[in-house]
Amino acid sequence: MANDPIHQFQISKWIPIEIGGLDFSFTNSSAFMVATVAAAGAFLFLTTSSRGLVPGRLQSISEMAYEFVASMLRDAAGSHGMRFFPFVFSLFMFVLVANLLGLFPYFFTVTSHIIVTFALALLVIGTVIVYGFWKHGFGFLKLFVPEGVPAVLVPLVVLIEVVSFLSRPISLSVRLFANMLAGHITLKVFAGFVTSLSALGAVGVTGAVLPLIMTVAITGLEFLVAFLQAYVFAVLTCMYLNDALHPSH
Amino acid sequence: MFVASAFAASAQDAAEATHSETGVAPDGAHGPSFPPFDSSTFPSQLLWLAITFGLFYLFLKRVVLPRIGGILEVRRDRIAQDLDQAARMKEDADQAVAAYEQELADARKKANVIGQEARDAAKAEADAERQSVEKELEAKLGEAEKRIATIKDTAMKDVGTIAEDTAAAIVQELVGGRLDKTAAAAAVKALK
Repeated sequence: MANDPIHQFQISKWIPIEIGGLDFSFTNSSAFMVATVAAAGAFLFLTTSSRGLVPGRLQSISEMAYEFVASMLRDAAGSHGMRFFPFVFSLFMFVLVANLLGLFPYFFTVTSHIIVTFALALLVIGTVIVYGFWKHGFGFLKLFVPEGVPAVLVPLVVLIEVVSFLSRPISLSVRLFANMLAGHITLKVFAGFVTSLSALGAVGVTGAVLPLIMTVAITGLEFLVAFLQAYVFAVLTCMYLNDALHPSH
Repeated sequence: MFVASAFAASAQDAAEATHSETGVAPDGAHGPSFPPFDSSTFPSQLLWLAITFGLFYLFLKRVVLPRIGGILEVRRDRIAQDLDQAARMKEDADQAVAAYEQELADARKKANVIGQEARDAAKAEADAERQSVEKELEAKLGEAEKRIATIKDTAMKDVGTIAEDTAAAIVQELVGGRLDKTAAAAAVKALK
């Protein structure tokens, strides 16, 4: 069981809650969602509490995160896109902190569950669709009809555009989920090799050095992936929001 | 080999915790309850995600982001203000330099004027002195010339009488006779 690479994704109920036949228990996943939100919120709140004109290191981190997301959104969706800044920033911070927390040994990774990433992706696409129709009415459907396409090709292009639009929430959620899942399984498998091999005696311990090095290296890689996936999620969110703001290509 | 045994353990472990309603087809190695696809945990995850993310969003939107935005804006304003002040001070410095240079140029011009005036005055004085000296010299020269002329005249007059006397004396010595004074004078005059 210690070597089971899947066990880390197991959800265990901490406080069973059942409403209307559905299981809404407070689980380890819920606990880490709370931890993610609390850690991110507390960090951002406490580091900026002095409102220093000249920022300290920690305040600089909060400001850098702010300006990083702000410039990302402004580049992708223009200054009109800034109305979505709190949304994109929350998404970025939530995914980033959830990914990073998951890298601690024995910690649960919230984003390694497809339902969580899919819910976040649906939230993004839902925002795009609702805002797009609210702002542009049926003009939003121009998104599916690129300009300058020969009339013969329009049905085909529209079909392709619709399919690509519908696949967005899937690709957005599966990308994050699969990266987290695969990374943690790989880590666990290599770490498992270390314990299994060292149980075999002196030769095994010598042989275990290699997977140990791999584990360390992959841990470093996973930190990169944790940041990168949060970034990719936020950038794609910005681009999709740009479609809602400016539907005609 | 290690992985295989691990998977076997997982299958056993999973069999205990299996939720029969999972839609995932059982696949030998992992067992039916590959946790991310276990739909019995979905309602709980969705609810808690909605609660936590919703609160997080509200907290960031209401408290944190306005605060960071405010900090950045204050800093931007402050920097702009400082730059303005620096520009104003530079302008002042430039003005001071310009005023200083103006003053220097004025002073130089004034010095030139004073020097020129002094030179002119000295020159005029020198000229006047030279003129007066020249006039004096001229007067002296004229006087001297007049004196020379009178001396010359008297000398010339004396020369006549001396010639007459000399002629008379020569004639007397040569001829032994007395020469009439008037005749000698006439002869001298004729020679002249």
